Amino acid sequence: MTAKGTPRTLTREFVEELSVEKGEPPWMRAHRERCLTVFAQSPLPRFGPDLSQLDFSDLAYYARPVDPVTRWEDLPDEIRRTFQALRLPEAEQKALAGLGAQVDSEVVYRSLLDEVRAQGVIFASMDQAVREHPWVQDYFMKAIPPEDNKFAALHGAVWSGGTFIWVPPGVEVAIPLQAYYRMQTEAVGQFEHTLIVAEPGSSVHYIEGCSAPRFARSALHSGMVEIFAKEGARVRFTTIQNWSKNVYNLNNKRALAHAGAAVDWVSGSLGSKVTMLYPTTVLLGPGARTENLSFTFAQDGMWLDSGARALHRAPDTTSRLVSRSVVQGSGKSVFRGTVHVSPLAKGSKAHVECSTLLLTPDAKTETIPILNAETDDVELGHEATVGRVSQDQLFYLMSRGLSQAQAMSLIVNGFVSPILKEIPLEYAIELKGILEMSFERAIG
Amino acid sequence: MRVCGPVRLEQGGPEIVPVEPWCLTVAGARQLRAAPERGSLVTMPVLVVEDLHVSVGKEPILRGVELALEPGRVHALMGPNGSGKSTLAFTLAGGPGYAVTQGRVSLDGEDLLSLPPFERARKGLFLAFQYPPEIEGVSLREFLRLACAERGQGFCEFQKSYPQAISRLRMEAFDGRELNVGFSGGEKKRAELLQLYLLKPKVALLDEPDSGVDVDALRLIAGAIRDLAEGGAAVLIITHYPRILDHVPPSEVFVLDGGRIVERGGPELAQRIGEEGFEAVRG
Repeated sequence: MTAKGTPRTLTREFVEELSVEKGEPPWMRAHRERCLTVFAQSPLPRFGPDLSQLDFSDLAYYARPVDPVTRWEDLPDEIRRTFQALRLPEAEQKALAGLGAQVDSEVVYRSLLDEVRAQGVIFASMDQAVREHPWVQDYFMKAIPPEDNKFAALHGAVWSGGTFIWVPPGVEVAIPLQAYYRMQTEAVGQFEHTLIVAEPGSSVHYIEGCSAPRFARSALHSGMVEIFAKEGARVRFTTIQNWSKNVYNLNNKRALAHAGAAVDWVSGSLGSKVTMLYPTTVLLGPGARTENLSFTFAQDGMWLDSGARALHRAPDTTSRLVSRSVVQGSGKSVFRGTVHVSPLAKGSKAHVECSTLLLTPDAKTETIPILNAETDDVELGHEATVGRVSQDQLFYLMSRGLSQAQAMSLIVNGFVSPILKEIPLEYAIELKGILEMSFERAIG
Repeated sequence: MRVCGPVRLEQGGPEIVPVEPWCLTVAGARQLRAAPERGSLVTMPVLVVEDLHVSVGKEPILRGVELALEPGRVHALMGPNGSGKSTLAFTLAGGPGYAVTQGRVSLDGEDLLSLPPFERARKGLFLAFQYPPEIEGVSLREFLRLACAERGQGFCEFQKSYPQAISRLRMEAFDGRELNVGFSGGEKKRAELLQLYLLKPKVALLDEPDSGVDVDALRLIAGAIRDLAEGGAAVLIITHYPRILDHVPPSEVFVLDGGRIVERGGPELAQRIGEEGFEAVRG
C-alpha cells in the first residue's frame, strides 16, 4: 500500500483502490463493490445492543502501522514487546503448528511447521490466498453472503488480512494453528477474514486471540469466519477475545458441516464495549454434529450479546449449545440460542443449556431460546438458570482462609468450568488471571 | 479466677505477660489442669469468649456467653434447639448477619472480632459446618490445595498430606469430586473433617458433626476428632445429643440455654443430659 497507516474513509474510490493496491483478481474487486452497495442499503440490526454511537464516518478502514516481517526480532519495539507480553513467540515454540499475527489491517508475521507444510496444509494470509488460489472464489462469502446483515456487507467491502486454511483429504493437523489479532491504531476498523476448508476426513484446531489498547475513540472489529467441513472432517474453532472497553465487536461466524462432519465453536468473550456474536453451524449432511461452548464475562458498562445457532438440515444431526455467562457491575449479557430443525432432519438431537451468574445487584441478563422443530422425530432439550453468588458460599470459602476475591474467583471459575476445560491451557490460565484481577479491583 | 494474657506456650512452660487490657475474668472458675499429652505444661486457653452478646436482625440471640477453650482438649457445647449454639459458632467464625452488640473474643490473646473471616481462618480458627454449601465446578482437591497454601503449607507438603488424610478418613472415592456437590449428609461431614485434618487449626468448632451419620462414620469422625485434640488443637463439639460424646469424652461440657451458659461440668454432665434431658440442668 502506498499511504501506509493513513486512515481511510469509506467511499467507493477507497474500496476500488484497496482492491487494486492488494493486487486482487477482478472477481474480488466486483465482490467488494457489490458488498458496499448492500451495506449502504442495509439497516442496522433490529435487535440487541444500541449501536447508534458507532460512527461509520469516524473510523480508519485501513491502517498498516507495521510492515510484515519474517522474524519476531524485526518487528518495531512496541509491537514486539506487546507480542512478547502476550507470550506469542513462546506459544509458537511450544504448542502450535503455525502462527499468524495481524496488526490492524495486515498480517505482519506468519509461520508454519515444516512437517505440517509437508502434509500439504495451506496456512496463508487471506489476501495471499485470494491472489494465489483462484478456487478460493468458490468459498469466499458463500457461507455468509453480504445480504445476511449490514456488518457482513461492510466486512465484504473492506475486509483485509485474516487467515486461510486448507487441510487436504484425510490429513489430521495434530497440534493447533493460531492467529492473534491486535488493534493498535485509534478508531481503527479491523475486518479480517478467516476461511477454513477441511477436506473429507481431515481435522484441524484453530485458535484466535484478540486484544487492543484503550483509546478515547471507539474502534470497530468486524471479522468474518467461514468454515467448510466436508464429509467426516472435524474442525474446532476457539476464540478468546479480550478487546478493550472501547471496541465494538460485531462478528459473523458460520460453518457448513457435511455428512458425518463435526464443527465445534469455543468462545471466550471477556472484553469489548459491545459484542454481537452468534456462531452458526448449518448441519447439511446426515450425522453431522456441532458443539458450541461459550463463556462471556460482561463487566461494568459492557453489553455482550452472544448466542449460538444450529440449523439442522439433514437426518440424524446433533447439536449441543452450552453457555456460561458471568455479569459484574452494570454489565449486561444476552444469550440467544437458536435451534431450527427442518422437516428433513429426522432423528436429530439438540440440547441448549445456558446459565448465568450475576455478581452484582445491577447486573442484567437475558436468555432468548428459540427452538423450532418442523418434524416430530426429534429430541430437543433446553435448560436455563440464573443465579447469584450466595453469601453462604462466600462465607464458607472465606472461613477456610480464602480472601473474598479468591473466594469469588473460585466460585466463578467453578461455574464456568464446563467451558474452561475446553479452552487451551495457556488461555485458561489467562482467563483465570483476568477474572481474579477484576474481583480484586471490584472488592478493593 | 483471673487469667492474664497474652499467653504463649513455649518450651520452658507458659509465659504469662500481665498486660492490663488483656486481663480478663473467666467465669465459672476452675483449676488449671495439666494437659496429660503435654507432660508438665500447664495449658492456657487459646480461645476466650467474654460477655458475648449477639443479635441476628434485631433479635438478641446470645446474652453474655462466657467460655474458654484449651489446647489439646475436647470441649462440648450442648443445648436445646434454638439455644444459640450455631449462632455462637458462626459469630466466632465471622459469619455475615451476626451482629456483636457487646463483649469480646480473643484468639491467642489477640482480638478476633475485628478480623474478617479469612483472617480468622488464617490465624487458626476452623468451623466445620453443619450444612456445608455445594460449590459446583470446584474440585475438592484444588480447593484444599488453595486453602492449605493460605495456611502456609507448600505444594510439596500438600502433595504428601492430602493422600494421607484421604486414606485416614477412607475418602478415596471422594478424590476428583466437586466440593460438597451431591455429597450425602454423612459424606459432607467427612469432607469437613478432611479439611480440618489438612488445615491443622488451633481451634476447631464442629457444628453438629454427628448429625445424619451412620455408626461406622460416627466412629471414624470420633477418631479423627481425638487425633485432632491429641495434635494440640482446642476442639469444641457443638451438639444437642450426647451420642458422639460417648466416643469422644469431653474434658469440659458447657450447656447453653437462652443465650447464656447455664451449666458447666465434666463428661458426667453430658451423660446426665443424655438420661434426663435439658430440663435436668435448667434448674
